[in-house]
Amino acid sequence: MEDRGVAALARALQDRRLSSRELTEAALARIGREDTALNAFITVTPELALAAAAAADARLARGEGGPLTGVPIAHKDIFCTRGVATTCASRMLAGFVSPYDAAVVERLAAAGAVCLGKTNMDEFAMGSSNETSFFGPVRNPWDLERSPGGSSGGSAAAVAAGLVPAATGTDTGGSIRQPAALCGITGLKPSYGRVSRYGMIAFASSLDQAGVLAHSAEDTALLLEAMAGFDPRDSTSADMPVPRYTAELGRPLAGRRIGVPPEFFDAGLDADCGARVQEALAVLRGLGAELVEVSLPHLALSVPTYYIVAPAEASSNLARFDGVRFGHRSKAAGSIEELYKRSRQEGFGAEVRRRIMTGTYVLSAGYYDAYYLQAQKVRRLIAGDLRSAFAKVDVIAGPTTPTPAFRLGEKTGDPVQMYLNDIYTIAVNLAGVPGISVPCGFARGLPVGLQLIGPAFGEAAVLNVAHQYQCATDWHRRQPPAQPAGAAR
Amino acid sequence: MSTGGWEAVIGLEIHAQLATRSKIFSGAATAYGAPPNTQACLVDLGYPGVLPVLNAAALRLAVRFGLAVGAGIAPRSVFARKNYFYPDLPKGYQISQYELPVVQGGAVRITLDDGSGKTVRLTRAHLEEDAGKSLHENFHGLSGIDLNRAGTPLLEIVSEPDLRSAKEAAAYMRKIHQLVRWIGICDGNMQEGSFRGDANVSVRPAGSTQLGTRTEITNLNSFRFLERAIEFEIGRQTGVLEDGGRIVQETRLYDPDRDETRPMRSKEEANDYRYFPDPDLLPLEISEAAIEEVRAAMPELPDAKAARFTAECGLGAADAALLTASREIADYYEAVVAALGAGQARLAATWVNGELAAALNRDGLGIEAARVDPVALAGLLGRIADDTISGKIAKEVFEAMWAGEGGADAIIDRKGLRQITDTGALEQVIDQVIAAHPGQLADYRAGKDKLFGFFVGQVMKATQGKGNPAQVNGLLRRKLGS
Repeated sequence: MEDRGVAALARALQDRRLSSRELTEAALARIGREDTALNAFITVTPELALAAAAAADARLARGEGGPLTGVPIAHKDIFCTRGVATTCASRMLAGFVSPYDAAVVERLAAAGAVCLGKTNMDEFAMGSSNETSFFGPVRNPWDLERSPGGSSGGSAAAVAAGLVPAATGTDTGGSIRQPAALCGITGLKPSYGRVSRYGMIAFASSLDQAGVLAHSAEDTALLLEAMAGFDPRDSTSADMPVPRYTAELGRPLAGRRIGVPPEFFDAGLDADCGARVQEALAVLRGLGAELVEVSLPHLALSVPTYYIVAPAEASSNLARFDGVRFGHRSKAAGSIEELYKRSRQEGFGAEVRRRIMTGTYVLSAGYYDAYYLQAQKVRRLIAGDLRSAFAKVDVIAGPTTPTPAFRLGEKTGDPVQMYLNDIYTIAVNLAGVPGISVPCGFARGLPVGLQLIGPAFGEAAVLNVAHQYQCATDWHRRQPPAQPAGAAR
Repeated sequence: MSTGGWEAVIGLEIHAQLATRSKIFSGAATAYGAPPNTQACLVDLGYPGVLPVLNAAALRLAVRFGLAVGAGIAPRSVFARKNYFYPDLPKGYQISQYELPVVQGGAVRITLDDGSGKTVRLTRAHLEEDAGKSLHENFHGLSGIDLNRAGTPLLEIVSEPDLRSAKEAAAYMRKIHQLVRWIGICDGNMQEGSFRGDANVSVRPAGSTQLGTRTEITNLNSFRFLERAIEFEIGRQTGVLEDGGRIVQETRLYDPDRDETRPMRSKEEANDYRYFPDPDLLPLEISEAAIEEVRAAMPELPDAKAARFTAECGLGAADAALLTASREIADYYEAVVAALGAGQARLAATWVNGELAAALNRDGLGIEAARVDPVALAGLLGRIADDTISGKIAKEVFEAMWAGEGGADAIIDRKGLRQITDTGALEQVIDQVIAAHPGQLADYRAGKDKLFGFFVGQVMKATQGKGNPAQVNGLLRRKLGS
């Protein structure tokens, strides 16, 4: 299925074998047919998409345009898009139309990508199953009874099902890599600061990072080149040149040192998933990479650390949703105090409220030192583990998730079980380094993800290893069965 | 100061609005008085997805203040979020500095009415954003929100509890006001809220080294209100303690109409602000070179200038203090001296602090609107110095200049005010005066010395005040004695 990918479509567009209009119309038609079953989109914008496709075709006809010109994409509904509903999958922002574009939206539009719409997600990106969305859960195209993962589940499902060749996502604790793994696609979380957060609705500011969900490392590299780079509107964005990631993809793996931490292969890892990851490591060794054992002694602390830092920042970031200037405003309020309480009670779902309360608690006078400050110290230890490991190896490899896709409703009753699904991905966010998940086979018919982690701003190395692996395997070309048209969900 | 066995302990937190064109974390304008919500961009409105970006100009102004008070400039400081819900606080938190402020320590020297001085230590000064304004009138039971002020840069200047009376507190606030205007970091406009203070007040038995429970009086926007509010609060607390009561730690508001403070909220109801470092802003790092750049552009500070006026120009401390009350006054004075010559610096000081100050005061003008510019005033003072006119005539000329009648020389010529220094002419007048008053002449010669003044007056009257006073005196003494 080479022709589903961005690189292949781009070549067809450049060669005028295909027009963006044809591509866009076909994608819109497919969304119309299949998304009733998947629920991957919150908003589809056919008029805007067709107008952008026409503009792209005009550019292509003039021999202008770059590798993304005319390629359809979708944005996670966490990115502000001017004139289009931007909901963050929350009742709080249902009906909110952003007056401006996020940096990621701006950059991909400038590169000529055609946005088809906004994808479903966990509410305010808080969740690992897409079940916290106000607009209902997304379904996994490999098994409609299962979760696509979260929070970028809509983007992952849309790409996996072939509704769009690529989509944007955000990853705060695994929200790109985990759904990519569970849906059998490629998903990259870049280094913190690599892509501007401007216009990306904040969940946990020190962890949030925008990234890409696509079929292959090559497609991912193409999108990242367009998205990455310094943005003066985001003080945490890195003022560093963006390498040509696509130019690094072809480098052979001979001599690459790949670290394998035993902590990634603990008792919590599903045996079938573990077997697939071991097979993938064998492939990498076969390609000339040297496997080296490295230790991440504080990995087990990453989940509790994350569930202090992220809710703390979220409790403050979400304070602006107070019913005063935008978003849901309770009609039942008689005083300002009541307006706050009712608007937020009605506007936020249970998981968001749980995290706001957790975050408020850990920042409270008398608890700050024991929780928030302590968590920041552990965070530094975890980042130190990774730094030490990268003194010895170029890339670290392991599983993306402990299990393949779980059933919808399976973990909703136990938040801690849900949180533990991110055990292998969270440390990457806490350390601010890049991580990618690539498909590496199936466990009981469901996709399994191999995670590759690089040092800070080492996206080129991560993409290179992922691409070389994908040149030697075809797991990333497997696709789920087409969804029956109009299937009930 | 001890009030009947009690000693007051006071510290001030002063909020100075920094004179930047745009806001501290956004590009919106800071100009005062625009229609509501016309100077608030998406960042100020706290829209989803927007991020703060520090205005480097605000940082430079904070550093400038720190250097002016001899404080340490933190090479690394941190912005924190102060979380609370309020309708005019769009993000639900205020970005401020908490554990690591940019300006640490420092001190200023205040002078009290009796001429005595005192050093007041500063704890810190930190950068923060202002909130918007809630408007409760004309909204039919609702409140209006104006976010023009939201995001305006503030420097919060915190003193140590070194102040012991309301007068000291007012003197300290005036000193900081003088300084922030002098170094150009704040326009000091108290009516528009650009400069306002909170006072922390407690009292304790005189001689005690333990601090009493304090109250905080917020939002004092004039020196007079600050002094009266503290005065009232010291009296109130002393009364409570003398009656055996205890002070409740609380925030109080001063009501100038009733001249009293009233409780606003007590500590029990106070917010838990849940401060934590703002993850949207990296720690603020300031290089030694950047600090040196600010230091190099620092003007001569008021205390140094006053000391120089005393040493170089021979002025008294009171004159020097008046001339350094603001940079505009000092600049005016120095321009007069530059035009007139350093030898006449004291004459210039007398006039700037005397006639000029009186005229400005009378017409309610600031020195920048003076109707006589420094060069013109120097022109007038030059005519005193070279004996063309007397000091008394000069006042008349000054009034004419103030009224726009032209330069000193033109007025002197037009009005014929040039002093008569021609000995022959003066002798002629003196002879006539003596001849016209034979009785007084006889009395004088009989020993009534006081009548000398009478003759001087008659001569000056006859010359319409233009006789050179020294010459008139000398000639009269000779003629009357003969």
